[in-house]
Amino acid sequence: MTRFIARRLLVTIPVVLGLIFIVFTLARVIPGDPCRAVLGERATDAVCDDFIRRYGLDQPIPIQFGLYLGQLSRGDLGVSIKHSQPVTQLLIDRLPTTIELTFMALVFAVVIGVPLGLLSAYRRNSPIDVTSMVIANVGVSMPVFVLGLLLQFVFALLLKGTPFALPPSGRLSSGVEVLSLVEVWHLENVTGALRGFLDFFSRLYIPTALITGQWGALGDAFRHLILPMVALGTIPLAIIARITRSSLLEVLGLDYVRTARAKGLREGAVVLRHATRNALLPVVTIVGLQLGGLLSGAVLTETIFNLAGVGRTVYEAITGRDYVVIQGFTLIVAFAYVFVNLLVDLSYGFLDPRVRQR
Amino acid sequence: MTDQPAPAPVPVLAPAPVPAPGDAGEVLSARPASLWRDTLAGILRQRSAVVGLVILGIFLIVVVFADQIAPFDPRQSMLGVEDGILKQAPPCVHLFGCPADRFEHIFGLDTNFQDVFSRVVIGSRISIGIGFAAVGMAIVIGGMIGAVAGYVGGRTDNILMRLMDVVLAFPSLLLAIVIVSALGSSLINTMLAISIVSIPIYARIVRASVLGARENDYVTASRALGESTSGILIRRIMPNAVTPLIVQGTLGIGTAVLEIAALAFVGVVSLSEITWGSMIAIEFQRLFTAPHIILAPGLAITFVVLGFNLLGDGLRDAFDPRLNR
Repeated sequence: MTRFIARRLLVTIPVVLGLIFIVFTLARVIPGDPCRAVLGERATDAVCDDFIRRYGLDQPIPIQFGLYLGQLSRGDLGVSIKHSQPVTQLLIDRLPTTIELTFMALVFAVVIGVPLGLLSAYRRNSPIDVTSMVIANVGVSMPVFVLGLLLQFVFALLLKGTPFALPPSGRLSSGVEVLSLVEVWHLENVTGALRGFLDFFSRLYIPTALITGQWGALGDAFRHLILPMVALGTIPLAIIARITRSSLLEVLGLDYVRTARAKGLREGAVVLRHATRNALLPVVTIVGLQLGGLLSGAVLTETIFNLAGVGRTVYEAITGRDYVVIQGFTLIVAFAYVFVNLLVDLSYGFLDPRVRQR
Repeated sequence: MTDQPAPAPVPVLAPAPVPAPGDAGEVLSARPASLWRDTLAGILRQRSAVVGLVILGIFLIVVVFADQIAPFDPRQSMLGVEDGILKQAPPCVHLFGCPADRFEHIFGLDTNFQDVFSRVVIGSRISIGIGFAAVGMAIVIGGMIGAVAGYVGGRTDNILMRLMDVVLAFPSLLLAIVIVSALGSSLINTMLAISIVSIPIYARIVRASVLGARENDYVTASRALGESTSGILIRRIMPNAVTPLIVQGTLGIGTAVLEIAALAFVGVVSLSEITWGSMIAIEFQRLFTAPHIILAPGLAITFVVLGFNLLGDGLRDAFDPRLNR
């Protein structure tokens, strides 16, 4: 097992280096003058020269890359040209929104998708199966932003005034606030990395409100998250349901399931304890792979539902030619993706002994 | 060499006697099995493939005859053309009680007084066309990378596939956005970006097929007969990759259509191009006042993608005999 983990980690290193290189290169190729994009069209040459020197943009590209690697190894993602704020600070601000959104969407997809797939497989060709597979097919075919807009139309306009109405944008209603951990626990004198972490965590509204018992704010934050969560989670839900279905169908046809039935086990025990456990193995991989799609979809969901998350920030950075933010954010998102897939691979090795041998 | 006896003629199976029309034997003798006919029959047995084909057939007609189908110029403002026309006018269909003296706008008008139906019809060209082009390019490039990696093996394989891993390590839409921003927002660059982010998928498929086929006896035989490496790759090994490529390519066009729409929606593709995504991007703030403007292109995207997904699934089932249980 240790060797399996070590080998898997080693494979990740070139991927991470490649990621850094690609992100760095792409950020340099973006056309346009970074100085005038930030300081305005009327910035004089003297001002711009100073600007370019200050951000090291006059150095040869390989040297810039070397400097960048050095910076990264110190955990420094640079200072945003536009916001004149460290990128790490921006991340603390914006990343929690995206994490909360993608996590909830993934939970939604798994909690609904897996049982739906199991039910479909078990009642193969029944009306339940046909209906849920039709829904799954339409679900994967609808763009995130179209579904999001439809949901807004139904739940914020058509159902307005009914108990089913849901807010179409933002993270909290105006006037509602989630107090940060620092405020609730009176930790104002904490500084450094711990303070950064506390601030970061406090921006995850749902867990923070849950821990500190701010029930009113918790309900409000959750209600705001429902529509984006459904919009973002529907595609993975459909994929997970389909994989679960075909996986259970395959397992149900295996000999050991027949044996289990032949020895007189109750049907429930056969399906749940014997078949489902094996059928869920491929589902684990698929769940991990969905993260990439979720992060892509988050860009769109954040735009529609007016959430200031990573996706929105990257998009604004691109229009504003803020190289530093583009680099930092894309890199962090890609790292997160690589890391989660690593975890999925490792968990797979843990769940299925055969994988370790290869 | 030259005075060797001519090789004995390869015995050819005697062709089955063709029964004359009306012959009683015609009913009994099964038609000779043909790969293509079997495949076609298999596809037509899949309900989802047939539904997909029907949907795509309709859209194919729309793409090809877009100019004839669109009742108005998609950029023409109805203001001044039609008296008393309202901005964002709701759909007007004669069959459903719209006065006969008015122009028919089956999807209504948008904020610029343009006919939404005409825009959806014309927009199909870019929205679907780029998807086809991007997937075609990705299959060719990815296929070459995968074939070389799988056949040459060793260090070449390692380097190429690690490179593919790096591309796969980005969330595809995010990478596509960054690429289009880096190259400049034109339709060609949009196609390139969508193509680049999907290359690894095809490279992996072809590599897997090549690895699976490389050790077969018929490949060794070809090599012993002196067939060139490229000949072996193209004629002996690549046919094994065709089926999975067709299936993945069909599904991939659906994904590409979604990605084009998404790129247009976030505004990386110039909004002056008429695409379904940009139609939604321009109007999405008016969701609550004029939902028809968004619904029409939104449903068009959904149906096209659904068509490709259904066809792709159907093809996969038809090509995989294990599933015909």
